Amino acid sequence: MNLRRFFTVLAARNREFIRDRSALGWNILFPVLIVAGFAFAFSGEPLDQYKVGVYAEAPLQKLVTAKQEHAFFRTSYIQFIPITRLDQAIIKVERHQLDMLFDLDSGHYWINSDSPKGYMLERVLHGAVMVDADGRRGAPVAVETDGYQRQTVSGREIRYVDWVIPGILAMNMMFSSLFGVGYVIVRYRKNGVLRRLQATPLSAFEFLSAQVVSRLWLIMAISIMVYVGADLFIDFTMFGSYWNLLLVFSLGAVSLISMGLLVAARIRSEELAGGILNLVSWPMMFLSGVWFSLEGANPLMQNLALIFPLTHIIDAARSIMIDGASLVEISTQLLVLSVMSAVFLLLGAVLFRWK
Amino acid sequence: MAALLQVTNLVKHFDAVIAVDGVSFALQQGTCFGLLGPNGAGKTTTIEMLEGITEPSSGEIYYRGQRVNAGAAREAFRNDAGIMFQSTALQDFITVREALEMFGRLYSRTIDSDELIKICALGEFLDRDTRKLSGGQRQRLLLAMALVNDPQVVFLDEPTTGLDPQARRNLWALVQRIKAQGKTVLLTTHYMEEAYELCDEIAIMDHGRIIAHGSPKALLAEHFDEVVLQLPRSDILGPIENVPLNLTVQGDIVEILSSDINAAVRTLLAHDVSLAGLQIRPRTLDDLFLALTGAALRT
Repeated sequence: MNLRRFFTVLAARNREFIRDRSALGWNILFPVLIVAGFAFAFSGEPLDQYKVGVYAEAPLQKLVTAKQEHAFFRTSYIQFIPITRLDQAIIKVERHQLDMLFDLDSGHYWINSDSPKGYMLERVLHGAVMVDADGRRGAPVAVETDGYQRQTVSGREIRYVDWVIPGILAMNMMFSSLFGVGYVIVRYRKNGVLRRLQATPLSAFEFLSAQVVSRLWLIMAISIMVYVGADLFIDFTMFGSYWNLLLVFSLGAVSLISMGLLVAARIRSEELAGGILNLVSWPMMFLSGVWFSLEGANPLMQNLALIFPLTHIIDAARSIMIDGASLVEISTQLLVLSVMSAVFLLLGAVLFRWK
Repeated sequence: MAALLQVTNLVKHFDAVIAVDGVSFALQQGTCFGLLGPNGAGKTTTIEMLEGITEPSSGEIYYRGQRVNAGAAREAFRNDAGIMFQSTALQDFITVREALEMFGRLYSRTIDSDELIKICALGEFLDRDTRKLSGGQRQRLLLAMALVNDPQVVFLDEPTTGLDPQARRNLWALVQRIKAQGKTVLLTTHYMEEAYELCDEIAIMDHGRIIAHGSPKALLAEHFDEVVLQLPRSDILGPIENVPLNLTVQGDIVEILSSDINAAVRTLLAHDVSLAGLQIRPRTLDDLFLALTGAALRT
């Protein structure tokens, strides 16, 4: 490999990307928007889990009185909503839009017999009546009940946002790798840039390597920025080594970029390339566990997810961030990502056509 | 003298279509060789095989006596070749200066950039985005890119297509200058005037084969011994069939082919044809091209 030619093409690609303000802006703006969305959704006090309607002639005043007289109305994580139209509120209970409804004037309450939340609220209501609980979390205590001793532990809660952040970072990487490399190469091929380069001594390997490195540094720079920004807003969990995480994301990015090169190895049409890249990226996003865990899902689906590099990137990143996993513990994922990168790169280079 | 570049029995199939069918020719150092032919004749496919952009189905290409179909010989040939495609896109967001620097760094040998800029008259817009160049400026840049590695052989595929007359003549002057430096040029063009002006030797292709080959003057002498007399149609008062000459009507013009101008003029005067609008011209490459490839429209 001629390093002078490699660095020439690398510099040219970097310059093109940096000067393309719309593409650069979107690559920065997209993850920032995601982070901002998550910061908005997951910051502040925990959301109430149950909704209880409170109907009365003057519901606000009655609710204040009820909170003083009855422990149930002081229970945390229940949102008490003043109601002025009883008939409409009953319909909302029927539709599970309200989990429970009180008529403080008549002393009735309604629940939907098909609603698990209604069932739980009714249990809380009866419990509150029996023990007159104060409705707030107390310090850890041990209470003997029917021969069983209650044990408590303490620790930081692993929120959904802590679980989903590695997936978001990896997903952003996936889109940037597949579309940022695959689409660009198809465009170069379509408008003749590749044909002109083919007429020079530049080899396909030098050209492709430059594309991989150019996109890799870009992805890593943006991912670090997103990580720092998200941590600032959300303060998510990170128990493992930052170096290990950097290694996983770097290797993961190389595997995804190589996948983009493979897809773009011969295609001339941007429309076809877009279709194939979507065909690859959307199932990968849903099956690789970005948004939800596949534990308990159909074993066939779980096995299918293993063919995607994104699955291994997310598994390894979650293990590092949430469980503090060492390199040995994620060695399987590292090995799989290395093999995938090598196979995709090799196939992409063999199948690559300038024209 | 041994040829700088030699092509022997070059063939290219695209599935069932034979684009190039057994083409052979040789380029001598310091000459300009023109490949002419109607659309679809196989000119571009031939030049692309020489450039190494398209693999021949069969046949041999030799550069300085070495076969260049693959391997190190091909890389050496690429370092010695300058290429200007019929249409070329550059990366977006790149200036003229950066394009020249980038392509220069891809070769092991480069020409002095100041000299290149001067030759191709690029000095005024070196820092301009390449997407904002006019047609003529863009062609001059592409020619400069073809010359950036100080090539021994330069391939120019229809370099003046779409240019206005001034820009076209400017580019001709550049090609003459390249030739004067001892470089060898292979040119494809649709413009016969261009081929006549620039080429020492031409080959006319049709249906993938070379159907005529030689210097423009030799080919004209070989195929024509007459001149063309042109008259406005309105100058012949009666039916043109009454004039016993080899006449053809081209719109409002009547063309008469004759190897004896005096006899033709006498015949015209004898039939009361006015000679006020008479023009006499020699046969041109256009005539030769049409005579060899026919006047039917090619797509």
